[in-house]
Amino acid sequence: MSPRAQVYILAALLALMGAGLTIYKNRELGFPLLPGEYRTVWTIEAKVRFNADGGPVKAALTLPREQRNMEILGETFSSSGYGFNIVRENDEYRAVWSRRSASGAQSLFYQLDVHQTPGAPLEQPLDLSTEVRKPFLEAREQEAVRLAIYSLVENAHERSSDPRTLTTQILTALADKGNQDRNLIFGYYKDRSLVDVALIVLAAADIPAHRIRGLYLEDDRRRLDPEDLLEVYDGKRWVVFEPTSGSPGVPKNFFIWQRGGKSLLDVEGGRNSQVTFSVIANDVPARDVSMLSTSKEKEALVDFSIYSLPIEQQSIFKLILLVPVGALVVVLLRVFVGLRTSGTFMPVLLAIAFIETQLFTGLSIFTLILVLGLWVRFYLSRLNLLLVARIAAVVVTVVILMGAISVISYKLGIEQALTVTFFPMIILAWTIERMSIVWEEDGPYEVVVQAGGSLLVAVLAWWVMTNSYIEHWTFNFPELLLVLLALILVIGNYTGYRLGELMRFRQLVR
Amino acid sequence: MLGFSMKHMLTKLRGGMVSPLALHRLGILGMNARNINYIARYNDRDKYPIVDDKLNTKRAAKRYGIPTPELIAAFETQPSRSRVMKIIEPLWQFVIKPARGSGGKGILVIVGRDGDRYKKPSGAEVTAEDILRHVSNITSGLYSLGGKPDRVMVEALVDFDPIFDNYSFEGVPDIRVIVFRGFPVMAMLRCSTHDSDGKANLHQGAVGVGLDLATGKSCHAVQRGLRINKHPDTEMPFDKLEVPGWRDLLRLASSCYEMTGLGYLGCDIVLDRKRGPLLLEANARPGLAIQVANGVGLCTRLRHIEKMDLEQLEKNVEDRVNYSVREFAAAK
Repeated sequence: MSPRAQVYILAALLALMGAGLTIYKNRELGFPLLPGEYRTVWTIEAKVRFNADGGPVKAALTLPREQRNMEILGETFSSSGYGFNIVRENDEYRAVWSRRSASGAQSLFYQLDVHQTPGAPLEQPLDLSTEVRKPFLEAREQEAVRLAIYSLVENAHERSSDPRTLTTQILTALADKGNQDRNLIFGYYKDRSLVDVALIVLAAADIPAHRIRGLYLEDDRRRLDPEDLLEVYDGKRWVVFEPTSGSPGVPKNFFIWQRGGKSLLDVEGGRNSQVTFSVIANDVPARDVSMLSTSKEKEALVDFSIYSLPIEQQSIFKLILLVPVGALVVVLLRVFVGLRTSGTFMPVLLAIAFIETQLFTGLSIFTLILVLGLWVRFYLSRLNLLLVARIAAVVVTVVILMGAISVISYKLGIEQALTVTFFPMIILAWTIERMSIVWEEDGPYEVVVQAGGSLLVAVLAWWVMTNSYIEHWTFNFPELLLVLLALILVIGNYTGYRLGELMRFRQLVR
Repeated sequence: MLGFSMKHMLTKLRGGMVSPLALHRLGILGMNARNINYIARYNDRDKYPIVDDKLNTKRAAKRYGIPTPELIAAFETQPSRSRVMKIIEPLWQFVIKPARGSGGKGILVIVGRDGDRYKKPSGAEVTAEDILRHVSNITSGLYSLGGKPDRVMVEALVDFDPIFDNYSFEGVPDIRVIVFRGFPVMAMLRCSTHDSDGKANLHQGAVGVGLDLATGKSCHAVQRGLRINKHPDTEMPFDKLEVPGWRDLLRLASSCYEMTGLGYLGCDIVLDRKRGPLLLEANARPGLAIQVANGVGLCTRLRHIEKMDLEQLEKNVEDRVNYSVREFAAAK
């Protein structure tokens, strides 16, 4: 196979791999393709309050289980002075706080961050008993209520075909204020909530059902009491119903805290116990959300990547990952334009320094150091030094210049010039050395051409590297480097004319 | 630098450019095509040291019987002051060169002396101290590619054939021949001018004179990209210029192919008054300016040779030169 064909095949493979990984990360892991995408993360705080009796205290709060439409990104517990652990009880997690002795008002907190994953199926299998315990209604004084309940169920039964429609009919009947049976039932169960009554009626109708506790996620809500929904077994699986409307399905923005089971909160050794919830919505960069959710699943692509590094190293890599982009700019300008620079990749290093210093500060500092350095170098050249010693002397001079620039500008109140330390001083020293030789050999004009070319490339590289899209892509999709590599390989095969040659050979055409 | 506006620059840019198609039609070789299609394909990396180090070139040339300027001394490492002085002392004229210099950098030519003062061709004078510093610069790698430590060569100054005296100002005229797979394909004479400060680099203002491969006569001359008829300083018309011993020169260039083993090669040749053509250096990455000097693109000729079959390529030097003289004559 000819080298050229190999290059194209290799480039195609690399590009496919890079693009494929990028698409996978975007589609499956939810990494945003464009910068500035935000997702809503809900912070829910459960506050447990009670009055302790003075003796040993134990408080147990049921915790939400994993659910498909809501992703739990992280949870925190706070409970000063309390022992804390999470116990698993009948397929249910409970947070247990305990303390040898406590008295007075106590507050315990449990906080979790949730992110809604749109499009995920709402219901999920649940392994709960489908046994129906019929309500006890045989007492004499309950006869009227019993008849009302059975008549309501009878009516609903006639107007329905299966457990689902039956449930809907029962719930609409219970919501209908003009329904005689309904009014009678509610008259009997005066202090019961709609869900309590619905559970009794459903049991009477032989439909397995239980209560769901949860919250409607709305921004900036405080002291919320948990809301109740119904879950009904239709013979095959569990279906959630909204009790007031009687429609099946989990309402939008509803966060399920507890399904079935017993109480939400148990407190031993305290009184007046109570759980209240507060909800806050945060707009968090989409990438952070993806990071949090994938870190739980230990996605190999994310786990064995730059994200697994400490934050400080990550920020260094953020810069390093831009270097290939700068190199691409150099390649483009070399191969397609034919720009002359001093040192092939020196402009990239300059561009990195410019990122830290801001462009105009960087440009002026660079020019200043170059001019002063050249001036010192001309004097040094008269001293008959060996090359290495002379360059070392220039390095020292550059360092002194950098120090002087920092101190003077700081005293003058130009804080930006303090960033001078980001300049690669060895590279600067070499640049000064090369420039001075170019000056001696080819004259000052060539120095201006080469320094100007280097600066032009550096500014272009800086411009590309500071582009917010480029920054976003290189850091969040490092696999795009493969695409970039493929691009460089293909460019390396270009045998056409350079832009500069169109000018250079113009006389030949006329 | 001062008076230019953006608009002026843009019109100049647009007017100063030609379409790539036009260049392609003329068979102009571009830098990228040269690097990929010729240098990478025909020049093996392991042969580079022969041309990149002029001491190696000299040694190889000696083996192949190719005449070169006389080597007086070579310093492998940083020489002591007395060693340099001992060699320079008896010399009247000499050239100090880095063995691995590129683009003619670091070449110090001394054409005469006045006691301790050494004269450069431009008339400027340097002292022994300056020469010592120059030697030290060369050994520490100032002029070599990548700043690697280098060796110093002290060569005898070529006794230039006076034929070119009127065509060169202050400097050394040399002849560049491009040799492709052993066939000379194009040649030019580089004349320094006042503008180029005695240097023979075309982009610095030297005159490039295209030479007809068949006769060694001038066929085209260019300075700074513009066609000229006479030397800007000496006013000598180029149409009278003819390189003597042209066949010998082509034979010398052609035999460099065997010497270096490089398929795409540029030979720099000077004419000595007594010894005839001497190989100054060979170049594995010859520049493209020769096309401008000749007003002709290289591609057509290179492709012509690329189309040859193996049998045609196995000719000896004499046959190759004959073939080139016949095929690549300017009149054709």
